Amino acid sequence: MASLKELKLRINSVKSTQKITKAKQMVAAAKLRKAQAAAEAARPYAQRLAQVMGSLASRITVSENSPKLLAGTGKSQVHLLVVANSDRGLCGAFNSNILKAARAKAQTLQAEGKTVLFYLIGRKGRAVVRREFPKAVEAEFDTTSVREPGFAEAEAIAKELVALYEAGKFDVAHLFYSKFRSALLQEPTTQQIIPVPAPKVAAETSGAVVEYEPDEEEILAALLPRYLRTQLFGALLENAASEQGASMTAMDNATRNAGDLINKLTVQYNRSRQAAITTELIEIIAGAEAL
Amino acid sequence: MALHFELVTPARLVRSESVHMVVVPGTEGEFGVLEGHAPFMSTVRDGVLKVYRSENGTPEDIIVSGGFAEVSASGLTVLAEHVEG
Repeated sequence: MASLKELKLRINSVKSTQKITKAKQMVAAAKLRKAQAAAEAARPYAQRLAQVMGSLASRITVSENSPKLLAGTGKSQVHLLVVANSDRGLCGAFNSNILKAARAKAQTLQAEGKTVLFYLIGRKGRAVVRREFPKAVEAEFDTTSVREPGFAEAEAIAKELVALYEAGKFDVAHLFYSKFRSALLQEPTTQQIIPVPAPKVAAETSGAVVEYEPDEEEILAALLPRYLRTQLFGALLENAASEQGASMTAMDNATRNAGDLINKLTVQYNRSRQAAITTELIEIIAGAEAL
Repeated sequence: MALHFELVTPARLVRSESVHMVVVPGTEGEFGVLEGHAPFMSTVRDGVLKVYRSENGTPEDIIVSGGFAEVSASGLTVLAEHVEG
């Protein structure tokens, strides 16, 4: 049985852990609200762009002369997995869920004899991917210097991806991130980003003939990189909201568990204190009687 | 007799209002959009977007880059990656 002093120390240490988790939970709740607002503010742009892309894509036929971002390289040998993780921990299974999805995809692709490369966004996924696929990490993107991922980061990532694509380093790129459903539920999501899949938005058939300037194909070529940036930006925002949501839930659980543990330890502490007092009393009485 | 004008960036909806006319710096030349313009799509070069609130008023300048303009029955929508002013 642990001594009284040990128990006391233990209780204090659990109490300070509880304080930390409680603080982190509240911080996450505040940040979640902000991240959610940012994700919502980004929606109109993404929707409009998807609509335009959809109506453009339905007008032109994909041929060999189409932009490479739309038509692909004609092969699907090398796959690049773009994995977006967070920079900080204490967010439950958030990062491992995304990595699990990426790992499953990588293993399926490898089983089919394809080459798999990784492009890692955020700090948390690096160690795991390096351990499991030692030679497959193509590049890493550091987001530790900014507090919240913004459009500038999405632009930089898209630029690097397009450069790699044009250098022929990969044929197909998939993006892994976590979609924000609610504070309790985040969904690891896989999405093909290069070649750009035509958005499945039913083109509005208003009947009116739309004029294009310059022509459809040039507009499409100009919009493709922009669409890619928007997709990445959307994913970064969803990821940020998911991270805070996951963190809030995980920290709420941790705080509750710490509370339970404190109660249990306190009961144990009181029992052993009482036992010690009783023993002392018996000893004194026995001593007094012996006189 | 007003044109519904929307300016959207990835981060937010910058403008959504009724104006008299907007002059957009299209890739192949500037074009003014009034109410009832025919459906039209164009890429926008980096430059100044002029928003006329009333017929004789002074225009308000908005610098846009990485833009795209769409005119439909519901009005003019400009998607831009960066907006200043």
